[in-house]
Parts: sequence; structure tokens; C-alpha cells
Amino acid sequence: MNFLSIFVLIPVLMLLGLWLVKGQKGIRSVMVVGSSCLLVLSVVLTILFLQERAAGNTAEMLFTASLDWITPLHIKYAVGVDGISVAMLLLSSIIVFTGTFVSWNMNKEYFLWFTLLSAGVFGFFITIDMFAMFMFYEVALIPMYLLIGVWGTGPKEYAAMKLTLMLMGGSAFLMCGIFGIFYGAGAQTMNILDIAHQANGAHAIALAQQHIWFPLTFAGFGVLGALFPFHTWSPDGHASAPTAVSMLHAGVLMKLGGYGCFRIAMFLMPQAAQDLGWIFLILTGISVVYGAFSACVQTDLKYINAYSSVSHCGLVLFGILMINQVAATGAVLQMLSHGLTTALFFALIGMIYGRTHTRDIREMTGLMRIMPFLSVCYVIAGLANLGLPGFSGFVAEMTIFVGSFAQADTFHRVLTIAACTSIVITAVYILRLVGKILYGVCTDEHHLKLSDATWEERLAVICLVAAIAGLGVAPFWISSMIDGGVAPIVNHITAYAADLSLNPFM
Amino acid sequence: MENQFIFTLLILLLPLASFLFLGLAGHKLSHKAAGLVGTSVLGVVAVLSYYTAFQYFSMPRVDGVYQALVPINVTWLPLGELHFDMGILLDPISVVMLIVISTVSLMVHIYSFGYMHGERGFQRYYAFLSLFTMSMLGLVVATNIFQMYLFWELVGVSSYLLIGFFYTLKAAIAASKKAFIVTRFADMFFLIGILIYGFYAKTFSFDFVDAENARNIAGAAFILPTALFLMFVGGAGKSAMFPLHIWLPDAMEGPTPVSALIHAATMVVAGVYQVARMFPLWIQYAPDTLHVVAWVGAFTAFYAAAVACAQTDIKRVLAFSTISQIAFMMVALGVCTEMVTGHEHHGSLGYMASMFHLFTHAMFKATLFLCAGCLIHAVHSNDMSMMGGMRKYMPITHWTFLIACLAISGIPPFSGFFSKDEILSASFAYSPWMGWIMTGIAAMTAFYMFRLYYGIFWGTENKEHHEAHVPHECEWTMTFPLIFLTLITCVAGFIPFGKLVSADGMSYDFLAHFDWMLGAKSCAIALVSIALATYIYKGEKQPVAEKMKAAAPRLHQWAYKRFYLDEVYQYVTHQIIFKYISKPLAWFDRHIIDGFFNFLAWGTHELGFNIRGFQSGAIQKYAFIFFLGAIIILFIMIL
Repeated sequence: MNFLSIFVLIPVLMLLGLWLVKGQKGIRSVMVVGSSCLLVLSVVLTILFLQERAAGNTAEMLFTASLDWITPLHIKYAVGVDGISVAMLLLSSIIVFTGTFVSWNMNKEYFLWFTLLSAGVFGFFITIDMFAMFMFYEVALIPMYLLIGVWGTGPKEYAAMKLTLMLMGGSAFLMCGIFGIFYGAGAQTMNILDIAHQANGAHAIALAQQHIWFPLTFAGFGVLGALFPFHTWSPDGHASAPTAVSMLHAGVLMKLGGYGCFRIAMFLMPQAAQDLGWIFLILTGISVVYGAFSACVQTDLKYINAYSSVSHCGLVLFGILMINQVAATGAVLQMLSHGLTTALFFALIGMIYGRTHTRDIREMTGLMRIMPFLSVCYVIAGLANLGLPGFSGFVAEMTIFVGSFAQADTFHRVLTIAACTSIVITAVYILRLVGKILYGVCTDEHHLKLSDATWEERLAVICLVAAIAGLGVAPFWISSMIDGGVAPIVNHITAYAADLSLNPFM
Repeated sequence: MENQFIFTLLILLLPLASFLFLGLAGHKLSHKAAGLVGTSVLGVVAVLSYYTAFQYFSMPRVDGVYQALVPINVTWLPLGELHFDMGILLDPISVVMLIVISTVSLMVHIYSFGYMHGERGFQRYYAFLSLFTMSMLGLVVATNIFQMYLFWELVGVSSYLLIGFFYTLKAAIAASKKAFIVTRFADMFFLIGILIYGFYAKTFSFDFVDAENARNIAGAAFILPTALFLMFVGGAGKSAMFPLHIWLPDAMEGPTPVSALIHAATMVVAGVYQVARMFPLWIQYAPDTLHVVAWVGAFTAFYAAAVACAQTDIKRVLAFSTISQIAFMMVALGVCTEMVTGHEHHGSLGYMASMFHLFTHAMFKATLFLCAGCLIHAVHSNDMSMMGGMRKYMPITHWTFLIACLAISGIPPFSGFFSKDEILSASFAYSPWMGWIMTGIAAMTAFYMFRLYYGIFWGTENKEHHEAHVPHECEWTMTFPLIFLTLITCVAGFIPFGKLVSADGMSYDFLAHFDWMLGAKSCAIALVSIALATYIYKGEKQPVAEKMKAAAPRLHQWAYKRFYLDEVYQYVTHQIIFKYISKPLAWFDRHIIDGFFNFLAWGTHELGFNIRGFQSGAIQKYAFIFFLGAIIILFIMIL
């Protein structure tokens, strides 16, 4: 058995363990042991991966294995990782680990769904077979409905239904796209690498077909990546979701979108990606600025963060669509950075909400004196979010911008400069928020009696802050690891000539 | 040679360590211990900086120039063909900046012992000071423009944190937010400038001499004026050039020692430093744009001086005076027309003058702010009306303030005279217009500074206020920095600065080129201004001042309200951006886009509800529909 499969095996064993144990203590120990194992495993994987690369193994995917699954349909359970997936696995395990501590007082059923969700996420990142990927994708989506619908707050049924339906709509597109690719490429294999390298001179999938399946696949994944105008599930969904679910959803699940767009939509349909990428590039450009402006006037903490996510996830797709190695590396860094930062934000919002029972920024003030630990971390999260050097956001944004600037035509330049404005608007809504709820003097009787973070909350928050700062202070190793994963994909895409006449703005 | 300077890394790492230590463990320390940690670390940093300067300037010159040294430079973030490096660059201007920053920072650390005594968050304060010092030092020793930008952002955030240090006060929160957002807005242009520069010049490095860099930069000549100007906009934000200056007066909400360090001596000159850093490119590729910089500077200097004449808050007067003085430095850089030093026509004098003024201004302006801190400490108010006659109570503050005032007014033998005179020489060399404008502004400087001086130390004493609380001289931790900085102000004019710093690095003996006629003229004009201020403001009653106010009430009101620029900004941000962009966008999102998806869901639901009648289960209905369908098909077939 390939050792990558352990990433799925551990959650399965955790499910079994959760089913067997009794009492809160038992549940907690299963979750802590399981998620720690995942964290350790992903660190080990990273080290092994880097060693293998250092030893000179230049294969596109490492640790590959393939197992026949549904032979008549050529569906295999094929796994393998490159620099991008290793980074994503690392991110997922950090979020699952901290998410466990954040949902410390939840019951067994909650954790069952939570673990199933993480199984789907890990499965998605290790497979390289389109069908298996799609399956894991669905495995990750369904628990979300229950987690929000049952354990959420506010109009939770509405939010859960909306989120699920919109994402399911995305999957419908996606399924069409995947089968389109499968048949377009000759119906021989579902393996991504095989399809990509089937080409003999011309690409395996005919250009006309690419032009149909690319938009479907990209939009399908784009829904999950909060692509404008399919992002509206995000504010409602996040606002109603329980804390750890928001963390996992914004931190990891939204990354599935960007990852899929890059790995499947663009990698497998390189010509269409170059021909039609401009449509999505405009949409992501809108996402970036629009999300940031919308965040400026929100009054609910979670809405602010949800719109901020629209803006920052827009930057992920923006970087990918630049079809440039540096920008794409930046996009993956941004996935990591946004995943960690937004998870930290949602964790802190959950903790604050758990105490004050409000998320309305007009009803809170002066929390700094009352809960200094949480407030200081909130300021740190805010500064990380607005791209302060020393935190991950700066590294990711700068890489994206430098990469995007290499596209020297006016169309790309205008969009890049528009995206640059987001760094100012982000500062506006972050500082407005910090000034309103943390600074000042608290006058609310009830708030004055609140306590600061408990140890498990502190642990979760410190882990996230450390990861964000670590990435921000020493970005070179992870940046070059990701770069190694991005390079073959970008080179593959640019190996095909683009038909620029389809872009009216060029 | 470069290995012997590897220790300069400590200059950055020590304050960083002190920040992390105080930030993470500070709350467990007593106030005294935390302050001592911060101060002693800074002491070591200052000693290291002096040692660096000594070593550096005692190196032999190569071809008449002090070599630029790069003791360390590593790739921090690879960016394809480009790379984001982090390192240390030692050259005459960065070494001079090391001295300025570490000296003023050390004095502020010592001063804060007294000033911040007993304040809540004392440890946090020292942690932030360390963070700021580290960032500022990192900024000046940057080896490339991107590293400069990185530390540039860090000084911005340190400034934000320190302005908002008293975070329970509304004014402090608003001021810190404003400072950050305005400078961030300017930084966006800086970033775009860097991106353009990086893309076309294929390097971020400050090593313009390197053959490959030079070739690439020459290839980017067509775009360099744009790139440099965008970078300058970033610099204008930090250095408070009109119209991006609006954050600086508000930044005075921070603790006064912070104003002395960040908003007078160091951070606000970052923009000047940036232009000086890129100076070889400015002069070679964008001389015309450089003169635009000069005129922006000249206007800013005038505007700020005019506003300073009407303010009553002593820190605001000093803030506007800072804006005006930084603009002097900008003008000095802007009026340069060539790189080569030593010519009779002074085409490159401005570069040296600018750096010299940066140095002297840092010292006397820090003195002024620290004096203001002593006064505020003594009377618990920033307002001039609460003071008056303070010379009796606070002799040390009085004398140091007076010397600093004389220095900023350009009276020999104090340092300001020499540096300002260089600037005037350079301005006259560029154009007589510029020269006379700057001379006029220098006269205004002398006037408003002495208006302030008389308002505080002479004039009408606020007896009521002083009886309740008799002002007294501050403790030694606060007076020592005043005396120390004043001593520097007294002797700094005689430093042979041109021998250390000049546009092309060649030794330049400016005393030999000194225009004594001009010096005498500007000195005389300053003396007249001072005399005028004395006549108007020295007395207990000030009939002339009242008359002036009455004669031009509108003008006075406009100057007092800083020509209503803040209101304009307020209008643009709140009315236009919030009300007409953000709010409609948010509404559009919730009602149009989201509404569409809700409509889809509703439509599906309604459709299902309506067609479910067909699946009623009643056999007659099915039979009816079956027949109906059959008949329709029959008809179609017949037709």
C-alpha cells in the first residue's frame, strides 16, 4: 500500500474510533491523536518529498501508485503528489489539527461529520485520477450541509441549503466537464498525467471540445473558489457555520476550487485556458476589488471575513490565470496564506462570539482590555490579512504581483494594477474593524465580565499564528517547493500556441 | 573587507530579539526591567553603529570614493528570473542614517523612562520602539528596492501601533488608522513603481554600477521616469508631501517621544532617503521629473509653514514645521542637475545638502519634540494657552528649546544654519526663483518657531492653571537627552559632511565653496523674522497679533483649519467611497446577485409545486392526459 493512502486511512480509523468510544474524553482523545498523526504525517511527507527532490528525482509526481478500481470505465485509484499537493496537505492537516481544538466541546456526531469532511479533503489532494478526485470532492461537500444545518447559528437551514445547492450546481458543471475531458481525450484513462501527456504534437483533446469543457470545469471549481458571481454562498454559509467548519471550509475547502481549476481545468485544456482565460481573469479581477469594497461596509464579523475571502481567493484564481510560473507559485502561496489567515480569523471570531454572543461590530468595543490574548491575536490576524511583511500574505501577494507584471500587455497590466488597489482597501476594512471592536473603552456590563482564551483555544491560535509567521519570515523553502510543482504545469500550458484573437481586449 | 562588517547584522537582529522578547514575555517583567532591556539593547546598537561608521569612514577611498560594501545578501524569495534579496548595504548615506537612527532612538528610549513612567502597557511601548528601530535600520541598509519596501511597510505598522498606543482614546484610534491608510495608499504607488522597475530593469538591486544591471537599466530608460515618480509618490506619503501630508499632524496623538523619533527624525525622512537612494537613476534618466519633485517640495514647504503660523497646539506647530523641513530636503534633491561634485555651479550640491539637513534636522527637531514632551509632562496639555512664562519653571527645557529654535531658523553657529544654507545655495544654483522662494520659507520658519517659543516661554502666563499645579523641570532621564541632542546641534554644523557624503562620492570641501554672502543674507533675513516675532509675541499683551487676526479673519481661520484639506479627505472617503461605492456594491451583492440565486431556488421550488399536480395518482386524470396526448400526436401525424 502506498503511504499516501494513510492520509485517508487515518480519518477512516478516526471515524471508527469515534463510533466506538464513549464520553467527551474519549472523543477528544481520538480527535487529538488522529489529527496529530495527520499533522506529523504531512510534515514527514514534506521532508521525504524535499529529500527526494534534493536527491534529483525530477518526476512530475512523486510517490505515485495506481490501483484498478472500476476497470470497464478506466477508473483507477491513482495517487501521487507534487509540490502543490504537499503544500495543500500541510495546510489541511494544520487546519484539521487546530479545528479539533477549536471545537473542543462539540459532540460525537459533529466530530463524525467533521472527520468525514477531512477525509474527503485529504483524499482530494492525494489523488491524480479525475474520478477519484471528484468523488472525494463530493465526500467533502455533503458533510458540510449537515454540519451547518445542525450545528450552525442564525438562519442555518437556509444557509446550509444555499451553500449545498450552489456547490452542487458547481459539481454538476464539473461532472460534465470531467466526462467531457474523459471522452474528449479518447476515453482511455481518467489519470490526469496520462491525459496531459497523451499528446502527440497536437493536444489529445480537440480544440473545439476544449472550448466547451474548459469553461464548465473552471466555473465548476470556481464556485467553490468563490469566483464572482458564484460567491454568494460564502457570506451566508460562513456566517451560519460553526467555528471549526468555517475554518475548514474557508481554510481548505475553498482551496479545492483553486487547486482543481489549476490541476484539471487549465492543465488538461491548455489551449482553451489561454484562449478563454481572459473571461475568468476579468471575473477574478472583479472578485478581488468587489469583495474588498463589500467588506468595508459589513457589520457582521463573519460577513467581513467572508467578503475578505472572496477578495483573497479571487487573488488565487487571478494568479493562476496569469499563466506564468511566478504568478502561479504566488497563487499557491496565497492559497496557503489565505487558508491559514482566514482559519485564524474564523477561529478568533468564533471565540469572541462564544463569549459576547454577538458578531455585530457596533455592539462591541474595547475588547482589548477584556480579552487581551484574543485581541492581540486578532490584530495579528488582521495585519497578516492586509499583507504585512513578516506574515504569509505579503509573500504571496508580492509573488503574485511580480508574476502578473510579467504579462506586459495592457489588458493584464490594467487588471494587475486594479488588483494592487486591494491592498489599500483591505487595510481600510481591517483597521476599521480593529478600531471598532478592540480599541476604545468597553462600557457593556456583560462584556466586562468575560474571560480570555482557554488553553485549547490558545493552542489552536498559537499554532496558526506560528504557521503564518513561519511562512512569512522564511518563505524560500516552501516557495521553491511549490515552484517545482507549478513549473511543469505552466510549461505544459504555454507549450501550446494561444489564439489571442478570442480576447477582444488584446 | 566586507567580512569585517558582518557584525552589522547584529544591528538588525538585536532590536528584533528585543522586540520578540518584550512582546512575548514583557508582561511578566516589571516596567523598569522592560525599559532597561529595551534601552540597553539600543545602547549596544548605537555603539555598533558608531563603530561601523568609524570603521567605514576610516577605510581608504578607492578612486576617491568610499566603496559600497555588501557584507551579506541572500535570496529571500525567488521570483523566477528576479529575486527578492535581503542583505545589508553600507555606503556613506546608509552609514550616516545608522548614526541618526540609533542616536535619536537611544535618546528616545532613555527619555521614555521618565515620560512614560507608570503608563499602562509600558513593556508594550518598549517592544514597539524596538520593532520600529529594527524596521527603520533595515530600511536604510536595504540592498534592493524590494527589501526597502518590506521594511517600509514594517515602519508603517510600527508607526500605526505607536500612534494608537493609547488605544482607549478615540482620537488616537482615528489618527493611527488615518496614518496607516494614507501611507498605505501612497505605498500602493510605490509598489507599482517597484513592479514596473523590476520588470523592465530586470533587477531590484541598488547596485547601479554593476555592468549587467547598468545595461538592463539603460534598456529601461523609457519607463524609468514613470517608475521613479511612482516610487516618489510612495515616498511622498511617508515623508508627508502635499497632498499626502494629512496624516502627520494627526499622528501627534501618539506619545511625544514617539513623535520625536518616528514623526520628526527618522521615519518621515524615509521618502527623502528613498529619492537619495535612487538618485543616480533620477539624475541620469529622469532629470525633468526630478524637478517636479523639487516643486512639489517647495509648495509643501510653503503650505506647511503657512499653516504652522496659525496653530496653537505646540505639537501641531512642530508637526507642520517637520513637514516644511522635510520638504526642504526634498527640494534640495530636486534641484540637482548633475552627479559630478566640485563644480562651480553647484549642480550636485543639493544631494549633499539634503542629507546634511536630514542629519541636523533629526537632531534639533528631536530636541524640540522632546522639549515639547517635557512641557506637556509639566502642564498636562498640548495647548499654548496653558503655557506662557515657562522659562522660570523649566530652565533646561527653555535653553535647549531656544538653541534648537535658533538652529532651525538658521542662525550660526548652530547646525541648521550650515545645512539650510547649502540648500539655499543649491536652490539658487537651480533657479533664482526657487532660491528666493526657499529663502522666504526659511524666513517664515524663523517666524513661526519664535512665535511658538515666545508663546511657551514668555508671553502671558496661565496663572490659574499653574497655581493648581506648579510646573517643574523634569527628571534627569528626560533632560539628559535634551542636553545631549542640543550639544550635537551646537557642533554638527562643523562636521565636514561633504567629505563623507556627496552625490558622486568624491570628497567635497563645502566650506571652501561656501557662499558667505548668501549665508549673511539668509541669516539677516532670519534675524529680521525673529525680531518681528519678538515684537509681536514676546509681550504679556499681544496687540499686534490680535490686530493681525482681526485684519484677516478668513485667512487666519483657513490656516488654522489647515485649509480644510482634512475635510476634503473626509468627504471623499466617507461620502464618496463608503456611500457611493461600498454601500451600493454591498447592496448589489445581497439583492441582485444573491437575489438571482434565490430566485433560481424559488423558481425551481414553484415549478415543482405546480407540476406535481400531474403526478396526482388519480387513474382518470392519467387516462385523460394519455388520450389528450394521443390525439395531439394523431393530429400532428395527419397534418
